[in-house]
Amino acid sequence: MNIADYKDIYVFCEVKDGKIHDSSLELLGEASRLVNNRPSLGYKVVGLIIGNYDEHLIDDIGYFGADKVIYLKNEGINHYSTEIFTSLFMDVINNDKPDIILVPATVLGRDLAPRVAARCDTGLTADATKLDFDPENLESPLLYVTRPAFGGNLFGTIINETKRPQMTTIRPGVMEKLKKHTGRQFIKDIRNVDISTIKDSVKVLEVLQKDHMAVDITKADIIVSGGRGIGDNFHILEECAKMMGAEVGASRGAVDKGYIKKDHQVGQTGKTVRPKVYIACGISGAVQHLAGMEKSDYIIAINKDPEAAIFGVANIGFVGDALEILPLITEEIKRYRERPF
Amino acid sequence: MNILVLLKQVPDTTEMQIDKETGTLIRAGVPTITNPDDLAGMEMALRLKDSYGANVTCITMGPPQARNMLRELYSMGADNCVLLSDMKFSGADTWATSNTLAAYIKTVDYDLIIAGRQAIDGDTAQVGPQTAEKLNLPQVTYVDDIIDISKERIIVKKALENNYEIIESSLPCVITTLSTAAKPRYMTVKGISDAFTKEIKQVSFDDLEIDPTIIGLKGSPTKVKKTFTKEVHKNSDVLHLDGKTSARKIVETLLDLNFIGK
Repeated sequence: MNIADYKDIYVFCEVKDGKIHDSSLELLGEASRLVNNRPSLGYKVVGLIIGNYDEHLIDDIGYFGADKVIYLKNEGINHYSTEIFTSLFMDVINNDKPDIILVPATVLGRDLAPRVAARCDTGLTADATKLDFDPENLESPLLYVTRPAFGGNLFGTIINETKRPQMTTIRPGVMEKLKKHTGRQFIKDIRNVDISTIKDSVKVLEVLQKDHMAVDITKADIIVSGGRGIGDNFHILEECAKMMGAEVGASRGAVDKGYIKKDHQVGQTGKTVRPKVYIACGISGAVQHLAGMEKSDYIIAINKDPEAAIFGVANIGFVGDALEILPLITEEIKRYRERPF
Repeated sequence: MNILVLLKQVPDTTEMQIDKETGTLIRAGVPTITNPDDLAGMEMALRLKDSYGANVTCITMGPPQARNMLRELYSMGADNCVLLSDMKFSGADTWATSNTLAAYIKTVDYDLIIAGRQAIDGDTAQVGPQTAEKLNLPQVTYVDDIIDISKERIIVKKALENNYEIIESSLPCVITTLSTAAKPRYMTVKGISDAFTKEIKQVSFDDLEIDPTIIGLKGSPTKVKKTFTKEVHKNSDVLHLDGKTSARKIVETLLDLNFIGK
């Protein structure tokens, strides 16, 4: 393997509900930032998309930062398949020789990326939260990939000096996407691919919706979040959240104890959120939790323990019992809403 | 039916503390547990054994103390336990780990391989799919339930971000399971006493046909350049007020931020 033959940053673009998923757009933004920070490499941002889609979807990849879009097109691909996507991805790796491949760490990305990395016998770093080129050698294309481990208690910076491509999956919600710019020029490379020789022994029989109570807290402007100390009293958070027009979040401890469903979990093993206001109630602030919420615009913490780590990341903290304070907040807002003037 | 379950002994990351003086992880005294996603996989294997009859073999790669975990798995109902342990295997990244696991698995008979989705120490979710790739097997990841199984195929329920898929795969295949998929059973008293009479098969480098350059720390393409713990900045006002004043102050803050509609 001649490492110097490999170039550019490739972003695997995932389509969800007829759109390029945000997690992929974020990676296009991050890839643009990386190539702009090291112009001496002359690297381009290449978006890779596999399937059968409308042209406007392909355009979005360019509008959000790709210099080139490789579209592997086959009308027979109407659903993700590990084997078909891996085989087609491998053809691109063999043919185009990407130096860096970024894949969103979604359920799909975490199914596909390890398979591709193992097939081409390269290294793969999972769930990265920070990317940089080698800070010690300003000409180097070596990627420094930082990721949390041990439940967010420890961070590691990982490198792959011996194999190419350098592959990593990246946690959704961490990188920033660029503003959509419809005037952007980019190259469209549409390849009609053959899948008739690929053996696919897995098929999707049915798609089921989760019960309609499932929530997406990542879209909320305000999150009222509770820890293990809330116990069976999450209804108190829910009432308060409802009054504010907020969603309810939770720490891993509260979810593990079964006080609230997993959909609500914020943190390293839950969701990464960055709402405008995050209200942490009875959450001690384990590193694993902080990893998922510390980028919130404004953090309010309520905890009985004045030494709780959550106060370290909060903009304002209140030492007290959340179960006492929350109903008072609900009352206060209600009174405010019903004021006569 | 022969089922292989891949498991890992991990530190209980919820119990981990950081040494505030040195900024490093305090590992001493942190209890080890069987990785939760793997334990759900084990339970699913045992349920298949209960329903259809199956031979359940637990396989782990790790240091000698992983024998404790394997004893517990015997107590739950495993038929065989295998420990891949050698200094040459240690320090492996997910690719090198998968090469090692696959080299052993190629020597045994199986119909289904169950692995936990991810381990709580590394959270990579890569070893299951990479082992599947090295064995050239189909995979279904994020499995929440096994719906049906026959000689040639398995039907499972896969959990995605916002929905589920019912997926059929031919056998043999690899499935990776979520911790929520099945609540692991307790060890039985008889199981515990029997566990000590059962043999844990030990496999070392010399027992495997494997290229020494694709295993362990040396064979791993990814290297840890550095590790660090996060410094937490103390930047907030922490107020000691009575409940009512706290509530009023929080509402005022939300009003200031324009977060409560008029």
